[in-house]
Amino acid sequence: MTTATASAGETGYNFAYLDEQTKRMIRRAILKAIAIPGYQVPFASREMPMPYGWGTGGVQVTASIIGPADVLKVIDQGSDDTTNAVSIRKFFARTAGVRTTSATEDATIVQTRHRIPETKLAADQIIVFQVPIPEPLRYLEPRETETRKLHALADYGLMHLKLYEDIARHGHIATTYDYPVEVAERYVMAPSPTPKFDNPKIDMCEALQLYGAGREKRIYAVPPHTPVKSLDFEDHPFTVQTFAKPCGLCGAEGSYLDEIVTDDRGGRMFVCSDTDFCGKRLAAGHRGADAARAEWT
Amino acid sequence: MYVAVKGGEKAIDSAHRLLAHQRRGDGTVAEISPAQIDNQLSLAVDRVMAEGSLYDRELAALAIKQARGDLIEAIFLVRAFRTTLPRFGTSEPIDSNAMAIRRRISATFKDLPGGQVLGPTFDYTHRLIDFALAAGVPPAAPDEAPAPADATMPRVTDLLGEEGLIEPEANSGDAVVGDLTREPLQFPADRDLRLQALARGDEGFLLALGYSTQRGFGRTHPFVGEVRIGEVAVEMVPAELGFAVPLGRVPITECQMVNQFHGSTEAPPQFTRGYGLVFGQSERKAMAMALVDRALRAGELGEETGAPAQDEEFVLSHCDNVQATGFVEHLKLPHYVDFQAELALVRMLRAEFAEQAAAERTERPAAEEKEAAE
Repeated sequence: MTTATASAGETGYNFAYLDEQTKRMIRRAILKAIAIPGYQVPFASREMPMPYGWGTGGVQVTASIIGPADVLKVIDQGSDDTTNAVSIRKFFARTAGVRTTSATEDATIVQTRHRIPETKLAADQIIVFQVPIPEPLRYLEPRETETRKLHALADYGLMHLKLYEDIARHGHIATTYDYPVEVAERYVMAPSPTPKFDNPKIDMCEALQLYGAGREKRIYAVPPHTPVKSLDFEDHPFTVQTFAKPCGLCGAEGSYLDEIVTDDRGGRMFVCSDTDFCGKRLAAGHRGADAARAEWT
Repeated sequence: MYVAVKGGEKAIDSAHRLLAHQRRGDGTVAEISPAQIDNQLSLAVDRVMAEGSLYDRELAALAIKQARGDLIEAIFLVRAFRTTLPRFGTSEPIDSNAMAIRRRISATFKDLPGGQVLGPTFDYTHRLIDFALAAGVPPAAPDEAPAPADATMPRVTDLLGEEGLIEPEANSGDAVVGDLTREPLQFPADRDLRLQALARGDEGFLLALGYSTQRGFGRTHPFVGEVRIGEVAVEMVPAELGFAVPLGRVPITECQMVNQFHGSTEAPPQFTRGYGLVFGQSERKAMAMALVDRALRAGELGEETGAPAQDEEFVLSHCDNVQATGFVEHLKLPHYVDFQAELALVRMLRAEFAEQAAAERTERPAAEEKEAAE
């Protein structure tokens, strides 16, 4: 990534909104996070012009690493066209004047909320996650003072107990998103609320994965080619979601699907959550059972 | 039905245009100016400056206009502006003893040097809607003091301090004052950071917490030693000059709570302090802050802890309304990917439940037949 001090786009603000001192501070936190995979690095999160909980952590990470030559893709729920993805993409187009794209393979930086693209990420790409609650142990132990201790001691008994109780009660683990992972055989990490379907993509990923939590003031990272294991038990191995039918639009199998309610009589349609992936397949001539019902505006 | 696949960008632009239109309201009604807001809704401006952590009346008034009167939204606008401002340095500590007093009351002494100065207060008004106000009747001219308010208006806590009845305020000397907007807050936090968090904290949240201590959840036996409102000078020592130069004056509200303390093995019985300080005029906020500040000192003073207001991590992690509103309201954002995962899980759990129930139904008649055969 290249850096620029000259202001571009929106007048009165520095390139990509944040001042250079702040970007340096955040880059130092990112470097530390890369050096200790899965460890949550506290950073002096700034108050951003979008609300907490709407991606301020991801926006600060992206603002700190983006340069004029970068091409940015922003997705929310896998889609480039959901309201918050549009808003964040516009923010960088306005404050940094960078090129934006919806094509995963054309992007140098992908900022995301709740999904990892279906298209495999490459070595020259960075994916930035917006994280609401960076602490995987938070709902088991609400105190930061306690959870930091548990991480320091690598004491993850609480988490294993929670997963075990799921099995005892339901016969299987009942966590479907933000499914905890162990990074590089050390830190247990929250992969952000992506469905567990995406967890295997984190493992040995070629791209750099950065996680930013603005309100909670934490940054963490998974460097390229890092082993990342979803927590499980020998007799209850980790599995991902599967769907009974392929995508109604493009006919893709093995992609994560959204359920769309089509009428009030139980009508449902299942379509790819990754709109870029789905659109490309449609452009290539693939058709699913419900392709005729989509409205392209 | 057709499924809309794209169109978010256009919808957002339209929503923003509609917002601007609604903000203006009925075009036949005169438009409100920031100067009017500043002058006539000055307590709203004070709150936005206090919780926005930025003393700028015009900006706060404009933010209130832009936010359509939603004060938390206005605070958010001010905060997002503040974060981009360069830091020149740190001012000298303000001296509230040298305040140009507008109001000063003590609940602990009937009279005291400088006297009780009521100033502009709602306290003794009857809360009857004043219909004359709607007609725009100009108010009567206020009385004028024959001379400026007593120049010597010592703080009540200083009067108690002379006798050693109240704990001395520890002087932090040249220690650098923390700033939680520049360094991430970590626990346990020092008192400077706690006070900063409370000063920026939501008035309603602190009010409820302070109230809870009065109702027994972490009782602190408080007395209002003093509430004072007025203007203080802000001074700074530029490195190239080496002496303090005035930057201007800001109105503040300061509350010193005096609280009972039975003493410990190290300290004799004495009164302790809870401190509240905010920009502008807000006694409610300053008093609530002082109650919560004192409650948070329970551990340090060796008192029993466990009430919500005494729990530093609980109070400081949740008192910021910009953070709170963001995270609560983010639930409006699409969550359908995660919801899909939960839907699939609940459907599976229900199917398993139905299967099990069906299996039990088929087992039961079989068992009954067996019994009958015996």
